[in-house]
This record gives sequence, structure tokens and C-alpha cells, in this order.
Amino acid sequence: MAAADPIHQFEIHNLFSLLKIGGTEIHFTNSAAFMFLAVGLSALLLLGATAGRRLVPTRMQSMAELSYELVADTIRSTAGEDGMRFFPFVFTLFMFILFSNVIGIVPYTFTVTSHIIITAALALLVFFTVIIYGIWHNGLRFFKLFVPSGIPALMVPVIVIIEVLSFLSRPISHSVRLFANMLAGHITLKLVASFVVMLGSLGFLGWLGALAPLALTIALTALELLVAFLQAYVFTILTCIYLSDALHPGH
Amino acid sequence: MVDDTRKKDDRTQPSTDEAALSARLRHLGERLEHNRLSTPPETPASRPNTNASALAQGLRLSTELVAGVVVGGLIGWFLDRTLGISPWGFIVFVLLGFVAGLLNLMRSAGFMAENDSKH
Repeated sequence: MAAADPIHQFEIHNLFSLLKIGGTEIHFTNSAAFMFLAVGLSALLLLGATAGRRLVPTRMQSMAELSYELVADTIRSTAGEDGMRFFPFVFTLFMFILFSNVIGIVPYTFTVTSHIIITAALALLVFFTVIIYGIWHNGLRFFKLFVPSGIPALMVPVIVIIEVLSFLSRPISHSVRLFANMLAGHITLKLVASFVVMLGSLGFLGWLGALAPLALTIALTALELLVAFLQAYVFTILTCIYLSDALHPGH
Repeated sequence: MVDDTRKKDDRTQPSTDEAALSARLRHLGERLEHNRLSTPPETPASRPNTNASALAQGLRLSTELVAGVVVGGLIGWFLDRTLGISPWGFIVFVLLGFVAGLLNLMRSAGFMAENDSKH
């Protein structure tokens, strides 16, 4: 039947076997292939764009400059000037997620960021960077993050528990937001698009009826492009806000 | 401002030699640096107004509350299992997680400054 399984697009296939560790075969999967593609394309764009380094930028160069300025401004406005030491990290995250998301919109591709294991790994990377750098940079003052000043002593234990819970919930909301948005968007797109084919098989009236889901599919594709960019941007903003806590906890 | 300078540079391009060009480049660099420094450095305290896109800010809200409850629930369940105090750990920590989620939600919605309580 034309109603294709909307989950099918998220399946992981083994492309070839890489090596064997203790009886477990490590495969090179389609997910890994698309991660390499995202890294390769972003590297190609940035290296190619900055090779000329003209005063009046070409189109490619101004795309690279725009992405630099977007990330740099985000870091400066959320984490302050000293947050710029994290620029390589934040920029890499932004470009990887943006390219993964945008590649995923192309039909027949695989969306790397629609798997929670990927987004959770990225979010945990940020989470542990904040903890390790925060303790290394601030020592025990880092834990002032959990003890707001100016509250009655009686309230401190409760507030500390709430603040710690709020801190621990960060990687979850950070990863689930990106993953859920990509997954839900792609399922919706697939479902609506399959209505076109189903209605189309009903003859002339079916073709007329299929115009509505077809228009919706086009609109949804545009929306998904927006969501792909926005989710990469939201992930970047949140990364900056969390890193800012590592730089200046407590203030 | 960057565009202005570039256009100006563009127009006078053919009439200059290498030395003048590099001098002008240096001048441009100085002016850009000056511009960047003269714009008031935004402090983390002014966060709610500095988020570039309101839509991006709106999208942040979707999972904050759920994440708090989930973390609270997991910790409560774990405490119940290890300490054998079922169901109190779960009840207390789901409620605390709900409060933490609400706190996150209000912070990201800008009702409270991101670091307000810590100044």
C-alpha cells in the first residue's frame, strides 16, 4: 500500500563492518555516513569560502562570515566577551547540527539528529563541559550556582534541591527538544505526503482531492527548513547560556 | 556600518596602489575594532532582551517543564529502590521536579532573569 511506514526513514542500516571488538561487530551505518557527510559539507563550505579571503566577499564567503557572526554575537550576548574561548566548540556544534538538519530535508536522506542517542551525546558533551570547566575554572565557587544568595536560611535546603534538579534536567530538555522536533517534523511530512499518493490512486476525484495534501506538503517542507535552522540556533543559544554558568556562577 | 566601509573601499579601488590599500585595510580594522568596543558590552544580566529571535525563545519552552518532572521522577524512583522508602521518594521528588521544571520554564520565558536569584 502507498501509505508508507512513516518510521521506516529512521531505520539504521549496516553499510559494512569495520572491526570486531570482543564478539561485537562495529558497523559503519548509514547514520555514520550522514554524520561524515555533514562534517564534510560544512568543512567544504567553510574552507572553500575562506580560501579566497577577499575584501568584498563572494557569496560563499559571506555565508561563512554570516555564520561566524551569528555564533559570535550569540556567545557575546549570552556568555559575555570571555565566552569567546568556547567559540570553536559552539561553532562546531552549530554547524554540525545545522548541516545534519538541512541534509535531512532532502528526500531519501537520513536525519542524524532525529535519533536521541546523537542529540543526547551532544547535550551531555555540553553538560560535562560545563561541570568540568566550571569546577576547574572556579573551584568550589562553582557550587554557588545552586545556592542563590539572599534567601532565608530555612529555605536553603529546599532551594538547593530544586536548583540541582533544574540543573540535572538541562541535558534532557536540551536533547529531547532537538530530537523530538526533527522526528515529529519528518513523520508529519511523510504522512501528509503519503496522503497524496493514496488519494491519487482513486481516480480523477482523488487527484483533485490530493491537491490539498500536496499544498500542505510543500508548506510543511518550508516549515521544516525553518525548524531545521531554528533548532540548530536554539541548541546553540542554550549551549551558550549553560557555558555562561560555567564561566560566572553566582556572579 | 561594515557595508558602508566596504562600498567606499570599492569605489576608490582602481586608483590606489598596494601601500595605500594596506594602510586603508589597517584603518578599517581599527574602525571595526573601535565600533565593536564602543557598543556597550552586553552583560549576562540583560539576557531576556538579548535573545535574537523570539521564535527561537518560544521553541525553548516546549520541553523545559517535562524534563524537570522526568528527572525528579527518576531520582525519586531510584531513591525508593535503594532506600526502600517507597512511595515517598517518588512523590516528593516528582513534586520537586515539577517545581524545578516550572522554574526552568519561567526563566526561559523571561518572567525571571536567567540568573536573577543569584545576584
